[in-house]
Amino acid sequence: MKYEEQPITVITIDELLARTTRFFQDGYRLVQIGCTKVDGKFEINYSFDKDYRFENLRVELQEGGTLPSISAVYFGAFIYENEIHDLYGISVMGMNIDFKGTLYRTTVQYPFSTDTKKEDDSCPGR
Amino acid sequence: MSRQIIIPFGPQHPVLPEPIHLDLVLEDEIVVDVIPSIGYVHRGLEKLVERREYTEYVYVAERICGICSFVHGLAYCQGVEGMMKIEVPERALYLRTIWSEYSRLHSHLLTLGLFADVLGFENLFMNAWRLREHILDDMEATTGGRVIQGSCKVGGVRRDISSEKLDQMVSGLNELEKEMKELTEVFLRDSSIKSRLCGVGVLPKKEAYEYGAAGPTLRGSGWSIDARKLGYAAFSKLNFEPVVETQGDCYARCAVRAKEMFVSIDLIRQAVQKIPDGPVEVKVTGAPDGEYFTRVEQPRGELVHYLKGNGTKNLVRSRVRTPTFTNIPPLVAMLKGCELADVPVIVHSIDPCIGCAER
Repeated sequence: MKYEEQPITVITIDELLARTTRFFQDGYRLVQIGCTKVDGKFEINYSFDKDYRFENLRVELQEGGTLPSISAVYFGAFIYENEIHDLYGISVMGMNIDFKGTLYRTTVQYPFSTDTKKEDDSCPGR
Repeated sequence: MSRQIIIPFGPQHPVLPEPIHLDLVLEDEIVVDVIPSIGYVHRGLEKLVERREYTEYVYVAERICGICSFVHGLAYCQGVEGMMKIEVPERALYLRTIWSEYSRLHSHLLTLGLFADVLGFENLFMNAWRLREHILDDMEATTGGRVIQGSCKVGGVRRDISSEKLDQMVSGLNELEKEMKELTEVFLRDSSIKSRLCGVGVLPKKEAYEYGAAGPTLRGSGWSIDARKLGYAAFSKLNFEPVVETQGDCYARCAVRAKEMFVSIDLIRQAVQKIPDGPVEVKVTGAPDGEYFTRVEQPRGELVHYLKGNGTKNLVRSRVRTPTFTNIPPLVAMLKGCELADVPVIVHSIDPCIGCAER
């Protein structure tokens, strides 16, 4: 069975704009931006593709931190950045279209901002 | 400059199969800006991954969408298998391919029918859905479910299809193909359809790529990008070329879907010819640890499932990026400058699945 190579490069928030601009200039398309909350901090993955070559950048953000928008580089990024704001409560600065918290109209504010459930019942024998 | 007015479009609207809301900023009859909002059917399904065992979550993943249910199940299972480096039996990979292409056939017939309905062509709508019934009948006969198939599992598939049934399916598709040709001829040649679709909602090639379009929306603007070319399931062993149109308008997106149905039928024929004998599942032990991005080609375009595990029976994250979600920015671009009367046609041309997009 064929499994896709998927390199993930961890970068700092300060490097984010420069690195995404380089991907854009090299002809990569933005595949997705996704957030995961792990151990009290946020991991934000930026995925790119060119000719079926998959690349990922990852930034780590502490709670209360601010993320710079890449929507000036990739226009379509605004939809992911608004999603991250509405589900996780992360502030994203400089979005080209800012819904100000109204993209997802959830009854619970920032529903994904709670820590993931801690499980200690590993099941190695299953 | 004319006075600007805002017209709310949706979430409940006669042409919308699912609830998306657009604030259309108009000057006279021309749309000058669009502000989309979603969230009416957000269910938080991704969060459930923390509460369901990883082998059970496939049932939740399949319920993300009622149209491409099987493909969501497949993407999720592939993600777990990628994390755990599970070798899925060859026969299961072929069966997954066959059901994926059946999903594409019924989804494209569904959306083409709805498209005809949007255009006011009721007879064409009914004919498209009549053909779709045959596809759904085969899916039900082979998986047990018309809408939610439940046939994919981590490590393989739950059901096999006998050789006799596979042959019957191909015979059925051969017959159906003739009727599909008649149907698509109308979509591609009828002058009233062309007059409503040609030159409407144009998404130029450069913008389609840069704005993140996926699937027929991307291929309708001249890009030969199709996640099946990654070779997941049994696609690496089958021959096909993505359908590409270059005009970037509503007609091009409609034409891509119409022509893709014949590619799907051909892929099913090839898969039935090449499917090997053998088991359809392997026993899965242990718990996933690590992370994996899976990419598959849903009927609406590239679907991404990101999974992260920590060695326990519950994953810590399931992130689903659906093609409709990534097609929203291109939709905003298509709508700017169009006439109000064309909005329903343009919205429908991306084949929006909001339930899928909101998860």
